[in-house]
This record gives sequence, structure tokens and C-alpha cells, in this order.
Amino acid sequence: MTTTGGVRSPAPDPVAPAPPRPAVPEPPGGAAGFGGVLRSEWTKLRTVRSTTWSVVATVVLTVGIGMLATGMAASHWSHRSLIDRLTFDPTSRSLTGLLFGQLAVGVLGVLAISAEYGTGTIRATLAAVPHRHRVLAAKAVVFAALAAAVGEVASFIAFFTGQAMLGSGPPHAALGQPGVLRAVVGGGVYLALLGLLALGIATVVRHTAGAISAFVGVLFVLPLIVQALPTSVQDAVDRYLPAFIGAVTTATRPGAHRVFAAFPTWAGLGVLAGYALAALAVGAWLLQRRDA
Amino acid sequence: MIEARGLVKRYGQVTAVDGLSFDVPPGRVTGFLGPNGSGKSTTMRMIVGLDAPDAGSVTVGGRPYRSLPWPLREVGALLEAKAIHPGRSARNHLVALAQTNAIPGRRVDEVLELVGLAAVARRRAGTFSLGMGQRLGIAAALLGDPGVLLFDEPVNGLDPEGIRWVRTLLKGLAAEGRTVLVSSHLMSEMALTADHLVVIGRGRLVAQTSVEEFIASHSGRAVRVRSPRIADLVPALVTTGATVEPAGDGAVVVRGADGPAVGDLAASLGIALHELSPASTSLEDAFMELTAGTVEYHGEVAGVPGTGGDGQR
Ligand SMILES: Nc1ncnc2c1ncn2[C@@H]1O[C@H](COP(=O)(O)OP(=O)(O)OP(=O)(O)O)[C@@H](O)[C@H]1O
Ligand SMILES: [Mg+2]
Repeated sequence: MTTTGGVRSPAPDPVAPAPPRPAVPEPPGGAAGFGGVLRSEWTKLRTVRSTTWSVVATVVLTVGIGMLATGMAASHWSHRSLIDRLTFDPTSRSLTGLLFGQLAVGVLGVLAISAEYGTGTIRATLAAVPHRHRVLAAKAVVFAALAAAVGEVASFIAFFTGQAMLGSGPPHAALGQPGVLRAVVGGGVYLALLGLLALGIATVVRHTAGAISAFVGVLFVLPLIVQALPTSVQDAVDRYLPAFIGAVTTATRPGAHRVFAAFPTWAGLGVLAGYALAALAVGAWLLQRRDA
Repeated sequence: MIEARGLVKRYGQVTAVDGLSFDVPPGRVTGFLGPNGSGKSTTMRMIVGLDAPDAGSVTVGGRPYRSLPWPLREVGALLEAKAIHPGRSARNHLVALAQTNAIPGRRVDEVLELVGLAAVARRRAGTFSLGMGQRLGIAAALLGDPGVLLFDEPVNGLDPEGIRWVRTLLKGLAAEGRTVLVSSHLMSEMALTADHLVVIGRGRLVAQTSVEEFIASHSGRAVRVRSPRIADLVPALVTTGATVEPAGDGAVVVRGADGPAVGDLAASLGIALHELSPASTSLEDAFMELTAGTVEYHGEVAGVPGTGGDGQR
């Protein structure tokens, strides 16, 4: 097949004589690899406004709600009961905003693939990279890197602004105290893992609205259903819920919830990572099998 | 070279492609012609590995698409108009595609120039007209300077100048020795663009022929005849092997015999002719005739039930 590159001629006259040098230089090696797919996915992620908005929303919600929560704790401190004061966890309180930031990260994870189905670009993507699992793997790597960076930034800012908002009444936390650094770092990891779970769900569901609904269902509706169950069952099930894992991750001391039922922080995040990987694995399997 | 062998694709109850075999050789424009819903787009998706056939196979240059080491450098495809993220610029859309196949950024600017989008390359694609979206799709197909090109209804949404531009482009690509497959449901368009035709109806091959042959055998050969003694003339014409159809206004349309032959025959029988003229059997008519039994969605002319043929919907 000739690839003389004559198509490079100007628009009105595409039949001009072929220039001497090829239009596209020889490829570097034997076959297209993973590196190019990674670069491509990063280009796609950073060149749409929804990414910017989701990142901004994640940080603003996590930090802003954290400031509200700590500010309220400070202003009501003198009216609090003794038990409330004794169990008060300044770290966990400053990270309250993660509960809302996780929604923005989830939307970003969903859009990373559902927007391709919504706009039809998935066909161009999969025609360019017929090894489809590479597309999903690259999406997951690029998204995880961004979400982890954003998650950590949001978590640390929320921690420091939150402590500043606590004022003179309630006790403050410092990163050097037992469990505090783990809680703040864990908060960022929690966000990234939830985002990956959202990406996995969206790969299975393929529609933006459906995937966001499923994600919100897992986070907020599942706990409600569990609460309707008998207490003995709740204790066994609670610790597997993503939202519960999040609450335990950011806690530095036993709170009002039944922490005795919980996994330790890193084990809990490991369970969450398991969910994300499972969703991504099902997504990868379907992506390979289904027509695009 | 594209080789399809016994392709079958079902979507639930619908058999979109039904045992389709054809070849698309390099060096000429092959028109892929069929009415709406006949399976053109489905076939093209199977060629580039997006849809998996239920039976049969298709290869590009002797290999299944999914096994090509650098897909975009070997096959370029325009599949859908405006399959672009509305928030992403034309340039970034192409850059993302180019990166997957190690195609340099310089080439992105070249194809944008080629399709006439250089000036709007950094604008959000959501602001593009249908025609601009189509040009961006063509740019994406040309990105890897591939030897095989697929275009699904490339002139959709283009103005007359744009249509002529696409026509010239396709011919130029074929003249360079590339394999060019272009789908359309308009025979008149294909007559101007294509050298060869693969005609399908209801997912089945109806004809595989050169455009010249198609035109020669399907148009221009008909004559309109009007005569006060038409009832005597028709049987005589039929015995010469011609086919005769009433034209609806008292005249008849004769196929398989040219004007002089009809005139001579009438004279030899002493029959007066009141009209003897070439009938304009358009290519479109020929195409409709060819695919008549296979059309998926018939239009119904108001007040005339079953105009579309067998009345199946
Ligand atoms: N993804 C799909 N799911 C279900 N049915 C489909 C799908 N794609 C195509 N079909 C059906 O398969 C048949 C062939 O469709 P296809 O789009 O290939 O036709 P086409 O020749 O490209 O038509 P057009 O000229 O309108 O573009 C149609 O009946 C269509 O409804
Ligand atoms: Mg089509």
C-alpha cells in the first residue's frame, strides 16, 4: 500500500503531486503500546472543562464543608454535653467535607468514560486502540493519579483550615498526634478509590445519569437500607459499606458509631480498593465483549 | 484491500448484515451503496473491529483489524458525523487520537490545514456546524496517512462546494493507490465519485459491479413511445426481447430496444408513431429498482397505499 502522503496538499487540490518525505514518520517500534494510550487519556482528561469544574468542586466542597463543620463545633462548644466534648474528634470533624467532595470526584470518574459513550468518541478511541483493556487501564491510571493528587490536596487543606476554624474552645489536632496523619492521608486515598469505583461502575453502565445514580446509591442509599436491618446484621454488614469505611478512615478515636465493628483504616481502604478493582474488572470484561 | 467473507450481524431479532461477502481493491473508489437500514454502517463498524460479527470475517490487508500493530497508520475511518466531545477543541481531539499511534503533532496541524479547519482548530467542537464536524471526522481518518480509508456518508451535511471537495479528495486518495470505501444511499452521488460499486439491500449483496457497467445496463436504454396503435406495437416489441411498461399517460416505456429499432419496427408494420424519445431512467430509478425487494423502510405516498412496493414495513 502506498502511503506517499499526497493528502497533505492544501484543501482545494488534494491531488497534488506527492511530496518526497512521508506524511507520517515511521513508528518507533513494532506495535503501538501502552505509553501512547496513557498520553492520549491524559490529553482527553485535561482538555475538557468538566474536569476543571469537578476538581474545583472537590476541593471547594471538601474544604468549605469542613470549615462550616468545625466553625459550628467551635460556636456550640460551651453548650455541648460532657460526653460530646470527651469524644470530640477534631481531625474527623475537619474532614467532614469529604462526604460531599466524594460526589464531585465520583462525577469526574463517571464522566471519564461515560462522556465518550455520550458523544460517540468511544468509537474513535477503540478504533485507534483495538486492545480495549489498554484503554480502560490507561483511563484508570491517569484518573487515579489526578484523583489522588486532588484528594490529598483537598484533605490536607481541609484539615489545616478546619483546625484554624476550631478557635479557642475545642481541642485541636496536629499531624504529629497518633492517627492524625494517617486519617488525613487516608482521606485523600479514600476519595481516589471512590473515584475509581465510579469509573468502574460507569464502564459497566455506559450512561452518565445511570452511572451517577448507581454511585450515589452505593454511597447513600445502601447505608439507609442497612439501617433498616436488625442491629446484629448491621454490625456485620456496616464495615463493608464505602461510606462507613470513609468515616472510620478519617476518625482518630472511637466515635459515636460502632467503631468496634470496623476494619482498621488501611484494611478498610483495601476493601474499598477491592470494590474499585472488581468494578473495573467487570467493566474491562464487558468492554472487550460488547459492541462499541 | 478489504475482504469480507460471509459477514453476519444480528441485533436481537434484527439481522442487520446477512452473509455479506465482497472485496474492496486498492487504487479505486468503491461505493458502498444501499438504502437506509441496509447494513452499511454496521458493516463498516465490523471492518474496524468495533462490532464483532456473529459469523464470517473481514480482513484489512489480509489481517483482522484488531491484530494491526498501528491501526491508525493502516486504516482511517469516518464513521459518524460529529462524534466529538463538544467541550474539546478540534486540535485536542486529534492530538488524543494521534498519541495512541505515535503520530507527531505536526501531522495534526497538517490534516487540519488539509480539511480547512486550521482557523478554528482551537475552538470548542460543540460550536461546529454539521459540515465542520464532518471535516473533522475526515481529518481524523487521514491522521495516520493510512493506505485504507472508510468513509460512512462523508458528504452528509456538506454544502455543494464541500461535496465537490470530498469527491476530489476521495479520487485523489484512490489515485495514490489507496483502498477507498465510501458509503452512500444516493446513487447519483456514487455515479460521480465511485469507480466501482458494492450494492447491498437488507444486509445482503445485491450487486458488485463497475459504475460504468451499472450505468450502461441500467440507464439510457429506455425509450418513450406513443402511438394510436400501441396495442398492436407492444406484442411486436415483446417478441424482439424488449420489455414494455405503461408510463401512465398513455405512452409506454420500452427497455431493451433503442429508438431506431423501435422506429424501424413500427415502420415495417405500418404503425404510426406520435412520440419516440429517450426516456430518462435515472440512476436513482435503477438503484431503486435493484433494491426494491430489499428496502427496509418504505415511505408511503399520501393517498396511494403500498406505493413503496410490497407494502412491508
Ligand atoms: N447497535 C444497534 N443495535 C440494534 N440495532 C441496530 C444497531 N445498529 C444497527 N442496527 C439495525 O441494523 C440495521 C442496519 O443498520 P445500519 O445502520 O447498518 O444501516 P445503514 O445502511 O447504515 O443505514 P443508513 O443509510 O440509514 O445509515 C437497521 O435495521 C438498524 O436498526
Ligand atoms: Mg449508516
